[in-house]
Amino acid sequence: MSPLRAAVPLANGGAVPLANLPLLGRGHFTGALLAEVAEGARVAACFAVPVGSALELYAVLARDAHGDLAILRTEIGGEYPSLALRCPELQLFEREIAEQFGSIPTGHPWFKPVRFHRSWNERDAWGRGLERPQPAVQEFYRVEGEEVHEVAVGPVHAGVIEPGHFRFQCHGEQIMHLEIALGYQHRDVERLLLNGPHPATPHQIETVAGDTSIGHASAWSQVSEALAGSDLPARGAALRLVAMELERLANHVGDIGALAGDIGFLPTAAYCGRLRGDYLNATAVLCGNRFGRGLVRPGGVAADLSDEQAAALRECLVAVARDTHGALELFFDTPSVLARLEGTGHVAVEDAAAVGLVGVAARACGLQRDARKHHPLGAYRTAGIEPAVKWGGDVFARAAVRQREIEDSLVLIDSTLAALPSGPVRAEGGAPRPKALAVALVEGWRGEIVHAALTDAAGRFSRYKIVDPSFRNWTGLALALRGEQISDFPLCNKSFNLSYCGFDL
Amino acid sequence: MEMLARTALHLTLLLLFAPLLQGVIVRTKALFAGRVGAPLLQPYYDLARLLRKECVFSRTTTWVFLAGPAAGVAVPILAALFMPFGALPAPIAFTGDLLLFVYLFGVARFFTVASALDTGSSFEGMGGAREVTFACLAEPIVLFCLIVLACIADAMSLTALLGPHLAATWRGPAGLSLGLVVVCLLVVLLVENSRIPFDDPNTHLELTMIHEVMVLDHSGPPFAMVLYGAALKLMVLGAPIVRLLLPVNTGFWVVDALVFLGGMLLLAVLVGVIESIMARLKLVRIPQVLIGTTMLSGFALVLVLR
Repeated sequence: MSPLRAAVPLANGGAVPLANLPLLGRGHFTGALLAEVAEGARVAACFAVPVGSALELYAVLARDAHGDLAILRTEIGGEYPSLALRCPELQLFEREIAEQFGSIPTGHPWFKPVRFHRSWNERDAWGRGLERPQPAVQEFYRVEGEEVHEVAVGPVHAGVIEPGHFRFQCHGEQIMHLEIALGYQHRDVERLLLNGPHPATPHQIETVAGDTSIGHASAWSQVSEALAGSDLPARGAALRLVAMELERLANHVGDIGALAGDIGFLPTAAYCGRLRGDYLNATAVLCGNRFGRGLVRPGGVAADLSDEQAAALRECLVAVARDTHGALELFFDTPSVLARLEGTGHVAVEDAAAVGLVGVAARACGLQRDARKHHPLGAYRTAGIEPAVKWGGDVFARAAVRQREIEDSLVLIDSTLAALPSGPVRAEGGAPRPKALAVALVEGWRGEIVHAALTDAAGRFSRYKIVDPSFRNWTGLALALRGEQISDFPLCNKSFNLSYCGFDL
Repeated sequence: MEMLARTALHLTLLLLFAPLLQGVIVRTKALFAGRVGAPLLQPYYDLARLLRKECVFSRTTTWVFLAGPAAGVAVPILAALFMPFGALPAPIAFTGDLLLFVYLFGVARFFTVASALDTGSSFEGMGGAREVTFACLAEPIVLFCLIVLACIADAMSLTALLGPHLAATWRGPAGLSLGLVVVCLLVVLLVENSRIPFDDPNTHLELTMIHEVMVLDHSGPPFAMVLYGAALKLMVLGAPIVRLLLPVNTGFWVVDALVFLGGMLLLAVLVGVIESIMARLKLVRIPQVLIGTTMLSGFALVLVLR
């Protein structure tokens, strides 16, 4: 085996026995990872698993061009050379591992805590005490100078939003640097899932990020299906797609409305607020819950849709779609709106690729990244998704990507509901496979959600890794604000609309 | 005796009517958004509610913190005494009172900014810096407009500037200048009263605010004074626009007053419509718009002097 071909391929939504994953030497691992990244692979997840007193490091690479994943596995000790400088996508993953297991990546250029929690094994990489560290208590990057001033925003914000701390280094109105400190909502979800699935597991998964309940439940279900080797019935897969796209619609429409609200453009703000409610209500037709809780379950979906309900849903969406088009057209046809959005909060495509942005933020920079196209699962295999890619990387591009995706999702839902396959909506799976690794990539409305599970000899989770798109995209927000006006921060923030709790886990 | 009666009428109109304009703006915006909206009298209820609340003061603040709201109410009342309300002449008029009128608002701004800086908050400091920057650019517009009106009227007091001759002026060669003056004064009205497209009075985003961020720390009765002061300012600065657009002198003071109040209501509707159909300007664009407006007002002056 060539050292550069050491990665074990794995289809999205597949499982592989741990015995088939060779434990590479450190140099071997580094060489293979950098070679894959040089060939266009992305780091979808990177996490450590304690094995006895040692730590094993897993890297899940997404090879979009091949439509498959690649797994690398090695062992690390209390210290290992950081790869963050050579592969910036890894920087946050390395910090996360350091915070969880106290293993120090030497030479990391920005070695700071991620979520401000105690390590899982009493070994703290920063030598902090045994009490839970206070979030945002750290040395912030500072710019010195007479005319430089520092603005601290949060964790308590003026709106009813989640807590997070933002530290700006400003020269007058211009931002030179923004540092974001999160971790206020750390619930230790990954450890709650250990030795699962428990009866509470579905509910914990659905609240990893409350606005992405369906997305996270889908990823978890696909991991479970991969481990159980169960087949997803066609009707269940189609209903899952409808739920996913309704979630995308509700959030994208809400985001456009929030953008309009931030720039004081009243009509779209008012209408989109109502329309978001209509899409949430449509989700409630599927399962009785507006956020789709309790709908997606391993093996399919937990609730069927009668023919009358499906027809009524289609009819209702036709009317809502008409209003949505009206509100969006008004927004994108008003010169004062465009003047406000264009050129604001720019992220260069090279930066977006380097830090590994995903989802709307990545596509707005011109990157072809959509798990529904490159790693399709279930009904997406035949849906023929074309990623909504825009160039520009500014607030306008992020809004325009959402506009395209709203239109595409409406069409997709309608055609899926029109041709709902018959049959059961849920299949029973067998016992989960022991000593295996299963990975699922799902394109949630915000971006790519990655769930990876390792099972022990009894088939229970010995490690469960969740990567919410927000984990990767907060860095993008910090980059977007370089050199921007501080008065544009709320607008840029809204254009990313990232989850705090999805990051904090 | 007549002077006293006129002052009483002037102040009664101002003090009772001003908050209604805010209610009309809010209602107009609500109708555009497809909502029923708050009652027209909501600003009065809000003031009553705030007056019953207790005040909370930061330990870092001093008496300067209260000077802002006090000046914010006192100055528009004082300034209103020099400003004719429609065909009703101002209670006080003397040569050069227009300069006093302009710089009275400068005094109010000084105290508002000082009270914002008194809190020591970085947000309020930013708001103060923005307010002063934009005020510097708005001031020449007002002065140019008043000089244009002074040239037309050949007088130097606001009552004479906005006298009964305006109806004839519109039809004469100086009509174009008057039109430009109205546009410029409307821009100043929107800037000075922190309305869209320059500022968003309804936003909760402290980093984007100009005026609102300076009064974030006020609460209870002082905050009521801030809101009331803002309502008075809108009415006093809107009065010349209404007078220029409705130069009607009927000779009956009741009718004159009703024409003026009706004009003010229409102006409030206009502000509401502008807010409903426009997004906010990017903050860096505001100085450009203000400088452009200054050039427009200069152009109006050139047309008159020609």
